[in-house]
Amino acid sequence: MKSTLFNMVAVLFSITLIASAGVGAVNMITADAIAETKAAATKAAVANVLPEFDSNEQSEQTIDDMPIVVYTAKKGDKTVGYAVESMTKNGFGGVIRMMVGFTTDGKINNVNVLEQAETPGLGTKMCDEGNALLSSIQGKNSWEVEFKVKKDGGELDALTAATISSRAYYEAVARAYQAFLVASGAKDKADGVSGATAAKSASKEGNTAQEGGQNE
Amino acid sequence: MELSYFAIIIGAIFVNNVVLAQFLGICPFLGVSSKVDTSMGMGAAVTFVMALTAIVAWSIQEFILVPLGIEYMQTIVFILVIAALVQMVEIVLKKVSPSLYQALGIFLPLITTNCAVLGVAILMIQKEFNLLQSFAYSVATAIGFAIAMVIFAGIRERLELDGVPAALKGIPIALITAAILAMAFMGFSGLV
Amino acid sequence: MNKLQIITNGILKNNPTFVLVLGMCPTLGTTTSAINGMGMGVATMAVLIMSNLVISLIKNLIPDKVRIPAFIVVIASFVTIIQMLMQAYVPSLYASLGVFIPLIVVNCIILGRAEAFASKNGPIDSILDGIGIGLGFTLALTTIGAVREVLGSGAIFGYSLGIADYMPLVFVLAPGAFLVLGYLMVLFNKFAKK
Repeated sequence: MKSTLFNMVAVLFSITLIASAGVGAVNMITADAIAETKAAATKAAVANVLPEFDSNEQSEQTIDDMPIVVYTAKKGDKTVGYAVESMTKNGFGGVIRMMVGFTTDGKINNVNVLEQAETPGLGTKMCDEGNALLSSIQGKNSWEVEFKVKKDGGELDALTAATISSRAYYEAVARAYQAFLVASGAKDKADGVSGATAAKSASKEGNTAQEGGQNE
Repeated sequence: MELSYFAIIIGAIFVNNVVLAQFLGICPFLGVSSKVDTSMGMGAAVTFVMALTAIVAWSIQEFILVPLGIEYMQTIVFILVIAALVQMVEIVLKKVSPSLYQALGIFLPLITTNCAVLGVAILMIQKEFNLLQSFAYSVATAIGFAIAMVIFAGIRERLELDGVPAALKGIPIALITAAILAMAFMGFSGLV
Repeated sequence: MNKLQIITNGILKNNPTFVLVLGMCPTLGTTTSAINGMGMGVATMAVLIMSNLVISLIKNLIPDKVRIPAFIVVIASFVTIIQMLMQAYVPSLYASLGVFIPLIVVNCIILGRAEAFASKNGPIDSILDGIGIGLGFTLALTTIGAVREVLGSGAIFGYSLGIADYMPLVFVLAPGAFLVLGYLMVLFNKFAKK
């Protein structure tokens, strides 16, 4: 077909219009399904990292400019644990999102990585059951843990050949712990009753936490 | 804790090299890299277009797509923006600097389908970078691309002179060379 | 050219990966396991069939000078649709293929077939060409993925063979991608291309 300015503009315009209409239509159909899939994944993750519960409440916090969601799980009237959806932007492949489950007394119950783009076979091991990262913090009291890999002078294991991924993982867990402290009210209690404990735990989490501890 | 610019830049050039670790822009990497000169030209052209794309694509995402709630149009809009940008760069270059056009001109049409450009635009949005970080990231990625291209072209120029078994000639030996180069670049991991 | 031949051509004579050497980025980037390679192949095939069909139908309405931009818009729309469908119904596969799904847009195979085949042939033949090339691409990616998975993580289609500890991890990393593709291409050149 011969090209004239009119038919070029007309054809391109109509193709773009029809195409966007089509894409928009599919978006409307799939938007709910995508939202449902995501909600189901979140729900499954919360259930996976916490002991049995029958209802949960959601609250949001912002730590280091990142949105952190805390799910407070209850069985009857009793709080049984907190699931914290935490994240970091410092993974090897950018953003890592994870769900960290804490029991009411601050033990790390389980961690479930929701989203990551780490190197397959190395950093992606953080998603596996019983990987080195998870097993070095699971069941520990989070205030006793220094969230640092051995390479940085800490005591935690890192994944083989994936130090950056491991560092990011612990960073996100540490952030989840901060959110847990706020959500459970443990921070105020700790500050009020035993300043020493709070200072100890705060100093272990690096500068941000330390500032937080002193200000509040 | 923000990812520092230093980490972004070193990460994008060496650790997460766009070609050798992320597999973006393989087509020009294998296709254009038989001579060092042409590789440099291609690298320069890609750097130029990527830097522009980063700014334009970031602004479009931030000021048009997100406010209108149509982020799902991202792919379509970005590829059109890149195509238009490449076209525009070509026209402007032709008028303003014929000598530069002479050098880079033949590579420009190839850039639209260079997936590294679209890939970087999508990745920088995914990584939630701000404008300056996006710019640093895309320029560094382009430099990583250029470095990989030039090293690779140097190796291939020498390979030309050697006897390569018939079945390995051409693309296969290039891929195996790339594998060794990728192994060398893996040595950079842990740098940041 | 009979109909069957169009399909077999795409798998062997015009195999997009081993003969035409197109679409290398997803070929290398997504084949860390057989299942990922297959998913990528099928997603690409879906886009290819749809874009071939639509382009063969509207080819006479498009002025020559804006042919390429028009094709790109058509392809990008189908890619976005596939992207949303995958996100909704196969989220885990979508997550593991990552940025390579939107990058189907710039996969040279698709624009190449639009230009070389769909813009010159009728809708039925164009669909068949899409199926043939798509199958060729899917088979290639699945093979590469399977080889890398066995060599690198000692598993096949996710089933562990119990030999993971003895396998060199490098095959699921970047160098392994280049190496496996390179040697598979050598084998293809040696045996299939005669």
